[in-house]
Amino acid sequence: MSLEQFLQYVLSGVTNGSIYAMAAIGFNIVYNTTGIINFAQGEFAMLGGMTAISLSAFLPLPLAIALSVFLVSLVGALVDFAFIRRLGKPTVLNMIIMTIGLSIAIREVALHIWDEKVRSLPYFTGTEVSSINIFGAYISPQVLWVLGISGIIVAGLALFFRYTLTGRAMRACASNITAARLCGINTRNMVTVSFMLAAAIGALAGCIVSPITQTQYDCGTPLAIKGFTVAILGGLGNSAGAVAGGIVIGLLEAFSISVLPLAYKDAVAITVLLIILFVRPAGLFGKKEAARLKEF
Amino acid sequence: MSLKKVIITLLCGLVMPFAFSCKKTGGDAIKVGAILSQTGPASFLGAPEAKTLQMMADEINSNGGIDGKAIDLIIKDSAGDPEKAISFAKQLIEEEKVFAILGPSTSGESMKIKGICEEAKTILISCAAAEVIVNPVARYVFKTPQNDRLAAERIYDVMKKKGISRIGVVSSNDGFGLAGKEQLEKLAPSKGITIAISEVYDKKATDLTGVLTKLKARGVQAVINWSIVPAQSIVAKNMKQLNMNIPLFQSHGFGNIKYVTEAGAAAEGIIFPASRLLIAESLPEDNPQKAVLVKYKQDYESKFNEDVSTFGGHAYDAMLILTEAVKKAGADSEKVREAIESIKGLAGTGGVFNFSAEDHNGLDINAFEMLTVKGGKFVKYEQ
Amino acid sequence: MKKYFPIAALAVFVILFQAAASLAGREYYLTQLTMAGYYSLVILGLTLVMGYAGQISMGHAAFFAMGGYTAAVMTTHDLAAGGALAQAAVSLGLTVTSTNAFGAKIIHFSPWVSLAAAVVLTVSVAFLIGIPILKLKGHYLAMGTLGFGIIVYRIVLGTHLFGEADGISDVPEFGLAGGIAVSGDPASRVQNYYIAAVMVILTITLLLNLVDSRIGRALRSIHGNEEAAGAMGVDTSRYKLSVFVLSAVFACVAGVFLTHFNGGIGPSQADVMKSVSFVAIVAVGGMANLWGALVMGVVLNFLSLRGYFGSYDELVFGGILIFIMLFFPDGLLRAENFRGPAALLDRARSVLKRGGDNGIS
Repeated sequence: MSLEQFLQYVLSGVTNGSIYAMAAIGFNIVYNTTGIINFAQGEFAMLGGMTAISLSAFLPLPLAIALSVFLVSLVGALVDFAFIRRLGKPTVLNMIIMTIGLSIAIREVALHIWDEKVRSLPYFTGTEVSSINIFGAYISPQVLWVLGISGIIVAGLALFFRYTLTGRAMRACASNITAARLCGINTRNMVTVSFMLAAAIGALAGCIVSPITQTQYDCGTPLAIKGFTVAILGGLGNSAGAVAGGIVIGLLEAFSISVLPLAYKDAVAITVLLIILFVRPAGLFGKKEAARLKEF
Repeated sequence: MSLKKVIITLLCGLVMPFAFSCKKTGGDAIKVGAILSQTGPASFLGAPEAKTLQMMADEINSNGGIDGKAIDLIIKDSAGDPEKAISFAKQLIEEEKVFAILGPSTSGESMKIKGICEEAKTILISCAAAEVIVNPVARYVFKTPQNDRLAAERIYDVMKKKGISRIGVVSSNDGFGLAGKEQLEKLAPSKGITIAISEVYDKKATDLTGVLTKLKARGVQAVINWSIVPAQSIVAKNMKQLNMNIPLFQSHGFGNIKYVTEAGAAAEGIIFPASRLLIAESLPEDNPQKAVLVKYKQDYESKFNEDVSTFGGHAYDAMLILTEAVKKAGADSEKVREAIESIKGLAGTGGVFNFSAEDHNGLDINAFEMLTVKGGKFVKYEQ
Repeated sequence: MKKYFPIAALAVFVILFQAAASLAGREYYLTQLTMAGYYSLVILGLTLVMGYAGQISMGHAAFFAMGGYTAAVMTTHDLAAGGALAQAAVSLGLTVTSTNAFGAKIIHFSPWVSLAAAVVLTVSVAFLIGIPILKLKGHYLAMGTLGFGIIVYRIVLGTHLFGEADGISDVPEFGLAGGIAVSGDPASRVQNYYIAAVMVILTITLLLNLVDSRIGRALRSIHGNEEAAGAMGVDTSRYKLSVFVLSAVFACVAGVFLTHFNGGIGPSQADVMKSVSFVAIVAVGGMANLWGALVMGVVLNFLSLRGYFGSYDELVFGGILIFIMLFFPDGLLRAENFRGPAALLDRARSVLKRGGDNGIS
């Protein structure tokens, strides 16, 4: 394999990996505050892309994206108010089924709002044919946007959780919800905030990747599955692990193309994940206790 | 469960078969069933097909039907699931007692109900492309899309004229892509084309730079992509982004101007075979298909406010063939079957149909026109 | 004997329904009911794993597909042109000659042989996969089983032997005995309905006995608290594994029979969404409620296969999931749900009044 080819695969892997990591981070945010895996996370990305595309018909692109992210975060809040809060004492399985139901419902509603056609946002800079040469590997300028914005999101989240009051309150909920309540933190609102945040991140991810991967009413589910895979790989609840896991899976998939028939590409990442899980049941960086606690 | 509850449940269950009312056929209507993938992964096929069929049925009925009989069109949404297609086929045949079924949209579904329709002596006019639907020939089963083999031939002919001999092939892992790949590989040697590398990707893949990097490394002179949306546009864009400035050929799955819009500037210069529907207005007046194409295009676009596609055209042809045969022979499946086989020179959207007992597709290599993209529009490819 | 009363009621219902349908000239309902019945086999097996042993399995469609594809491949592969191994199979009486839809005679493995092969394959895979996977817990187990399902899906979708995207068609009928065969032939519709009904009744009888036995109690103790169960001397990993393998066998057999009934199988039967729908139906039926799972499984599959909701099929399914998880999280078929509209309204009000802080930790 030549250096150019190698570099090409690396770039492709890292790009896809960042998108998976974004989805995984969305999962982790909600999981940390509530213990729920929100299978509708992929739908947030799809809604973000679709809404932005509709809005961009009469708004300048940055405004369309910003508004779309805002609207989808409202959808996240709505999901919490209308459904999550109505759960009584749910078992983990109840929550999984509920969010799966939500995911299906959102997807089908999107189908009836937007129909089945494939769309995409315009490229942020350049066009469909622009190409940047990096040491012999060629990428679209959109790839730089994806990497850049993902990096900013990850860094921004780290700062948010460390230095802002809301972020610290959310971490408190994740750590010990009863203690958090006793400290006067409104845990109910923290749950809503975490849904809104996860939805916003998902929507933004959906927007930045739309020019490259295109958006369709059912593009949320495969993304959610990949995101879940990465979240588990990195250890549920561990966002740094999610980033690492995303890059690992992205690179694995990209390089597997060069050795295996492409048909099995998706199976490769999962096989590796399963092997890792058998050795480390809590994921690469997950806590052992976390893996044991969650029961059905 | 207490005895009372059990008895109540039993009674409810028994009442059910009597309670559901059978749809009464309004006197003498001609019942036609359609199994299409209006939603789900093949919805870009099924949605325009369903719209087309409904539009045609409405038009025929408002013009007094066929010999005074209205068409009762029953459309079932299989969502691309062969299981549902089987269930609906049985439902349509046994319950609704349709005398013909149009569709399904995908080859996988068509193959699953081919046997059922043949045994039940119900006419099936499929809108799916696979050659195995009509080869081996089943007496009651027909199809309207052109054969993949012919598309592959046209592509290779153009390549030969351009002096291209070493190519790379990428195809999707669905029935359409696999059938195309098979035809391409079969025909290549006799046309003097060497396929240096042939890769299959997942039809839902969102990024094909990895696969294309492999092709680029093999130094091919052109790329054939055999797939449907969204991969078609993604391949075009990825190639340009990877700085691959070699010709890109697509299959006849590229049959909607939307895919050009999706690929934007990257679509310029793509060469592909397609039915003349896409360049309807620019055809010469004496072209046998022109009148049909222009009318369909205008009707469809004004009614549904979206661009016409060749997929809807396959459904149009199916209904057209059926109604032509019924006009000749009345609503009897055996007679209609024979009538279809005797159709010659019928101008549809996919081409001019000439059926026979051995040929249940009716289209030959001239059904295709080689098209290319210029200035964001489909134009005829001139070599 | 009291516990067999519901089963007898079910048997009576089955017979009466068929009689009613035949009388009303609506025999075609039996077709979709048969298909729904086979899916219920998978769901019943899954109820054992999820409801009683408390292990979530989001990849059960993989076992269904294993059964179906094994049967399909072995009964459509023409051995006439085969080598020494094929000749050996013929001479051992393992094969059968049948005419396919195009009039050609092919020699293929007898459906009994392929059924046996399917079960052996499924048991082996379930056993081998089960050992490491069942060590996982919670969401990790969900991911593990989901991943397993995806791998099988990809294998089935990407391999030429399995027909890739188009699957395998023209699967011949499965002759059981004395002229009764599992096949999609409309003439044998009533027969096939009873075959499916017998399978369902056998399965539920077996499972009801199982959960009422020592094994069932052991399973429930594992579900309740795995560590405590272990401390009481229950061999938790062996029970979990056995139940997992047993449920895989049910799914496999359902796959074999349904493939013969449908005359074919495709990769959509191994799809993630199929596995998810099985899990959802178990949850909606009430997790550890075999009857609930059976009823929900039959009803939902029946309606879906008849296209009752048309293009809104998926939306309705999603809506049902949400609705039941909100209002009937313990399952629909419970005694307390049948106490009359006043009680239901009460419950609706209390659900809508909830404001979060629901002890999610």
